[in-house]
Amino acid sequence: MSFPWANEYKPGHPLMQWLDEKLPLPRFVYNAVGAGYPVPRNLNYMWNFGVLAGFCLMLQIVTGVILAMHYAANAGVAFDSVEHIMRDVNWGWMLRYAHANGASAFFVVVYIHIFRGFFYSSYKAPREMIWLLGVVIFLLMMATAFMGYVLPWGQMSFWGAKVITGLFSAIPLIGDPLQQWLLGGFAPDNAALNRFFSLHFLLPFVIAGVIILHIWALHIPGSSNPTGIEVKQESDTVPFHPYYTAKDGFGLGIFLILYCAVLFFAPNMLGHPDNYIAANPLSTPAHIVPEWYFWPFYAILRAFTADFFFIPAKLMGVLAMFSAILVWFFLPWLDTSPVRSGHYRPLFRKFFWILLVDVIVLGYCGGSPAETKYVLISQIAATYYFLHFLVILPLVSSIEKPEPLPFSITEAVLGKDEGAVLNATPAAA
Amino acid sequence: MADEASIDPAEVTGEGVRRRDFINIAAVSFAGVGGLAVLYPLVSQMSASADVLAESSTEIDVSAIAPGQAIKAVFRKQPVFVRNLTPTEISEADKVDAASLRDPQTLDERTKEGKKNWLITMGVCTHLGCVPLGAGEGEVKGEFGGYFCPCHGSVYDTAARIRKGPAPKNLEVPPYEFTSDTVVKIG
Repeated sequence: MSFPWANEYKPGHPLMQWLDEKLPLPRFVYNAVGAGYPVPRNLNYMWNFGVLAGFCLMLQIVTGVILAMHYAANAGVAFDSVEHIMRDVNWGWMLRYAHANGASAFFVVVYIHIFRGFFYSSYKAPREMIWLLGVVIFLLMMATAFMGYVLPWGQMSFWGAKVITGLFSAIPLIGDPLQQWLLGGFAPDNAALNRFFSLHFLLPFVIAGVIILHIWALHIPGSSNPTGIEVKQESDTVPFHPYYTAKDGFGLGIFLILYCAVLFFAPNMLGHPDNYIAANPLSTPAHIVPEWYFWPFYAILRAFTADFFFIPAKLMGVLAMFSAILVWFFLPWLDTSPVRSGHYRPLFRKFFWILLVDVIVLGYCGGSPAETKYVLISQIAATYYFLHFLVILPLVSSIEKPEPLPFSITEAVLGKDEGAVLNATPAAA
Repeated sequence: MADEASIDPAEVTGEGVRRRDFINIAAVSFAGVGGLAVLYPLVSQMSASADVLAESSTEIDVSAIAPGQAIKAVFRKQPVFVRNLTPTEISEADKVDAASLRDPQTLDERTKEGKKNWLITMGVCTHLGCVPLGAGEGEVKGEFGGYFCPCHGSVYDTAARIRKGPAPKNLEVPPYEFTSDTVVKIG
């Protein structure tokens, strides 16, 4: 859907007219990300991160497909083939660092995208489906990233594979057979490495497919905006092109500067030295941690050290870790406040920042050794995490008195809205 | 369409069971069963293959392991701890009331008769599968003198029973037998 005042695509050249009749692809692009797609005029830089996430996926697919041309998914040679890429393949070092740090960049961008959604309640009706698909994309990303990290077949790769597939062994009765089925053996070996490579190649294209659904669902109500009030009139919007293509282009430039700074000056900053040691099934690294983007969830996993009534500690930790993401699926119905934007919700706003700090604390604990003090802090922070979604959000929604909303996006931007009276003439931009 | 004479009135009005319904149900069911049958090999191929499953029994000469020492062997591509317990370690393990443990077992139940000093367990933490420390020379044995898993802090005692931390079970005792006084066959 688009707004009635959207510009219409008019092919100029006879060739474009011919194409428009046979396959209206340029018309589709024009209406999706061109001048034919009206977007709220007040989007801030937080709205750049969807496009940036799409860019990261493209970056990962391009570098990944190239790396696959040089990599060998066999437990005997995988580690050496990665070193071959790093030392012998022309520009191999750059492509691998670009891919490894590209994964981190992707998660940085997506975490900001998700917390943007939290603050502006982007998940609320009529945009629930966009949110649900987004959570699916995030889960697929985690699976893809995990399997990709196994491929270099270093110590962290091997033990990460063992620990993460070990999560499934916590399931009663079918746990152990399930883990053996996932690995194709009793411990990670050739079978596991090969299937992880196959799936690591496949899943990004599945992600791309779900992203198409995500954007399709977005284009039905159109983008939300920092005021959280819906578009009412033409003066509330500007065409996507050139306004947001330019704004996204600027954001992309900033992103690339930061990304290249890490890529070229600190490419191993986010990695673990242990992964430059070839996999050894007989020796676990002293301090085994996943990649940084899993730390908050890893901390929740480790927070359960005692049996919880009849549920064993191990199963409880696994359930809690998965629930920490699954709870996002219920977010549109847990936050019942009719006001979307955190700008007009004084109480909600405070709890948003507390949640952000809480997740950072969880992340810090997840990356630290399993010592008593970090486990204790994780327990408190994990408890608060679930309290936020299951108790605080519904409660705040019912007791909070939101601040007055502007009449329209135009009024929020210009301070006055002639449309508020006449509702006909668009305000001058 | 069949000729006029054979048309059932119920078929025209859309009421009742048509003869064609049988063909519909039969065809779709057959396709469904066929689809499921195809799914089975697609799922089953993921399970451990024959070469992985081939029973790789391991024979270990334990004569060189002095009391208080342990070695790491490999069984099914996973580490096995073979440990020669000292009398102190045995008495420490026996002192504990087994019923009070998370996974109640006595040292006698976890060793072979007359070979109580030979503690043979998988070196795989029952939490998430890391290799616990304590078998190698100079490794941390944890506060109960057995094994300590560095991944998530599970602590095992001198009978390799879980005493503290997130692991739900004692270290697994693999199937094994002593083929002579000094040789043990695992698997």
